[in-house]
Amino acid sequence: MSLLEVASLSVTSPDGVARVRGVSLTVAPGERLGLIGESGSGKSVTAFAIIGLLPAGLTATGSILLDGTEVVGAPEKQLVPLRGRVCAFIFQEPLTALDPLMKLGRQLAEPIARHQGLRGADLKRAVLEALDEVRLPEPKRIAESRSYEISGGQRQRVAIAMALACRPRLLIADEPTTALDVTVQSEVLTLLDRLVADRGMALIFVSHDLAVVSRMTDHALVMRAGEAVERGSIAELLASPRHPYTAAFAASARRIEAGLAASIAQGRDK
Amino acid sequence: MSTLDQLEESADADLLQPPPLDARARRRRSLILVAGLLLVGTIVLIALVSLVWLPYDPSDTSGGRLESPGLSHWLGTDRLGRDLFTQIMVGARIALVVGLGAVVVGAAIGVPVGLAAAFAGGWLDDAMSAGMDILIAFPLLLLAMLFVAVTGASLVTVTVAIGLSVSAIVARLTRVVSKRVLAQQYITAARTSGTGSLGIVWQHVLPNIWPTISVNLGLLFGVAVLAEASLSYLGLGAPPPNSSWGRLLQEAQSTVMTAPLGAVAPGVVLVILVIGVNLLVDGLRDVSDPTLVRAR
Amino acid sequence: MTPVLGLDDVSFAYRGSPAVQPAVQGVSFTIEPGQNTGLVGESGSGKTTVLRLLLGLLRPSTGRVLFDGIPLDLNDRSQVRTFRLSVQTVFQDPYSSLDPRQRVGRIVGEPVRSLKIARGHSADSLVAEALESVGLPAAAASHYPHEFSGGQRQRIAIARAIVSRPRVLLADEPVSALDVITRSQVIALLAELGASRDLTVLMVSHDLGVVGALCRRTIVLQGGRIVEQGTTSGVLGTPSEPYTRQLLAAVPRLPPL
Repeated sequence: MSLLEVASLSVTSPDGVARVRGVSLTVAPGERLGLIGESGSGKSVTAFAIIGLLPAGLTATGSILLDGTEVVGAPEKQLVPLRGRVCAFIFQEPLTALDPLMKLGRQLAEPIARHQGLRGADLKRAVLEALDEVRLPEPKRIAESRSYEISGGQRQRVAIAMALACRPRLLIADEPTTALDVTVQSEVLTLLDRLVADRGMALIFVSHDLAVVSRMTDHALVMRAGEAVERGSIAELLASPRHPYTAAFAASARRIEAGLAASIAQGRDK
Repeated sequence: MSTLDQLEESADADLLQPPPLDARARRRRSLILVAGLLLVGTIVLIALVSLVWLPYDPSDTSGGRLESPGLSHWLGTDRLGRDLFTQIMVGARIALVVGLGAVVVGAAIGVPVGLAAAFAGGWLDDAMSAGMDILIAFPLLLLAMLFVAVTGASLVTVTVAIGLSVSAIVARLTRVVSKRVLAQQYITAARTSGTGSLGIVWQHVLPNIWPTISVNLGLLFGVAVLAEASLSYLGLGAPPPNSSWGRLLQEAQSTVMTAPLGAVAPGVVLVILVIGVNLLVDGLRDVSDPTLVRAR
Repeated sequence: MTPVLGLDDVSFAYRGSPAVQPAVQGVSFTIEPGQNTGLVGESGSGKTTVLRLLLGLLRPSTGRVLFDGIPLDLNDRSQVRTFRLSVQTVFQDPYSSLDPRQRVGRIVGEPVRSLKIARGHSADSLVAEALESVGLPAAAASHYPHEFSGGQRQRIAIARAIVSRPRVLLADEPVSALDVITRSQVIALLAELGASRDLTVLMVSHDLGVVGALCRRTIVLQGGRIVEQGTTSGVLGTPSEPYTRQLLAAVPRLPPL
């Protein structure tokens, strides 16, 4: 059975505009899927819908089966046990995902305590281990800091640690590196890639950046104006896109990269 | 920046860029505008008519005391025998003049001060903000009363007193909203286009702060009208024979059980005017906002 | 030929936290006419500060901003006017760089009015011409910004920047907020404008791909200092500094064809 089965998902906003229209996708355990699209394509809304975190006012129809549990229309009580343990979420802007008033160690301790049932000194050790696993130098200092006292890249690592604390089977990452500098982005992506692989998690990676998605997944779903336009391997989407939008998207990404590649080649030739 | 500043600024961010309204909300908005126009229009009409015609002379005490409403006196008479309907009509004039006058005074002082503080920044801004905060901390009525005690009570002094008292609120609001606007990139773009500070204020800041300011000035109109009524009720307003609705309320106090209309009538028109102005300002703000026109 | 714009050993520190080092330190470079230049750096590199110094929005703590070889004096009104005529900007956010309460025609025409370039009908035709150069119909002038998409709004911002026929266009991350299809269109537009209107573009960007696509020269900033500068092909092809190599290695790449 698939870990995630989305069938004809539609999400409408209060003024009647369909933000997502008839999207279907499946993710098997350990499988990775990219969700590619521009702002307004509905990719983030889809991601929020899967974990049952649609903002107030947006209504979902269709079916989302997360590990066999129906998410659409489910009451909070049924969704809470899914979050963290079955499915975890990493947001684009960690500043909003982390409580600015609480020390980071304490925020991280909460899911760890809940999942592993640890207390006291054992809990403290587990927190430091979790911070170490996301390659944060000086885990003790980070645990004592608050979210705004550390850098963006460090914040995102803490957010990753929190997401992984309950050992979820599916990780949804919504543009997790878009707000980061390019060198930091590279490191965080490497980290994420390794952690997901080590734990055999399934991954849904949402982004507008084709190159970034290609680094994290082999398969992707292209979205536009709320609809799923094309699905396939990244190689196929690039080399032989079937939909004109995919073709235009891929061509633009190639064109920009070609400019860089040409400069580099030119320099090397000299 | 204090938390309060941040909260104010984020609230104003919402006000400056209201989300696009759907069709239902737009209809509701035009209903609000129409309702506001009707309510305010009624009072304005009464005030205008009172300039050319009144059923009785305001100081005519020939009617019997505390008569019930009837054909000769539509709302009855007060305890001195004066026609209540006439008093209400004249009172409408006073309410509008004082309300409008106080708002104009408040805006004329508050908006430039707020703009200056927003532009100045640094210690000058801090000093001006502290001054505004001190003024705001005083209860409105107390300030007005102090002013009137010094200058003597007349319609003009009461208007100016209330205007001065609300000017600090206007200044503070103008400052916060202007700062928000000044932080936008189109202001930087205006500077690099060669526009000077005065041009920036006139072409960019004022039009963009106007929606928020106008709504608040409308609210302050209501505050001013009520303040005048309160001052008159306390006997500190313009001296008789002015027929301010507040004074009518005060005079009707002693006879409210036997002749309730004497208190109800001025109370009702006060409410009509204040609610009407709030609705009107809300409706006008939305009508003038280009971003609420449906995008092509 | 005298470079149009340049920084001569400029340093700048923001007022405020005393322990923080200057945002920009000892930066010197020139913008050569006809050579689109990319200013590359990550957050904290000082690139935004450099841009604001070049725009005359900030006064250097030490060093000079050179305009046509002469130090820029912000108190000299006639020099400032010539400066603003010659150096214009496009900002990053197409949503906040256009006054939402003004029509497009008025927005694009602001430099024409403020710098007293033209009035009435001649001003209108300048605006129409600028709009057409960026691929928008002249009729767009009577609409409001919110009626346009992000890419179109950025074109409007570019139209405003070129209406005064400047010699230098300073672009602050002009395409970062745009989607990838629009991004490549706007880069192509900037390249074409540069060629056809005798305009040199200085583009601040964190995206090496965008810089590589548009700029002949590249300056790499880190921690407020210039780490490396030269031809784009030289800097990106054979980087001599470890930081530049690090940046290059970090750029996410599409799988090869």
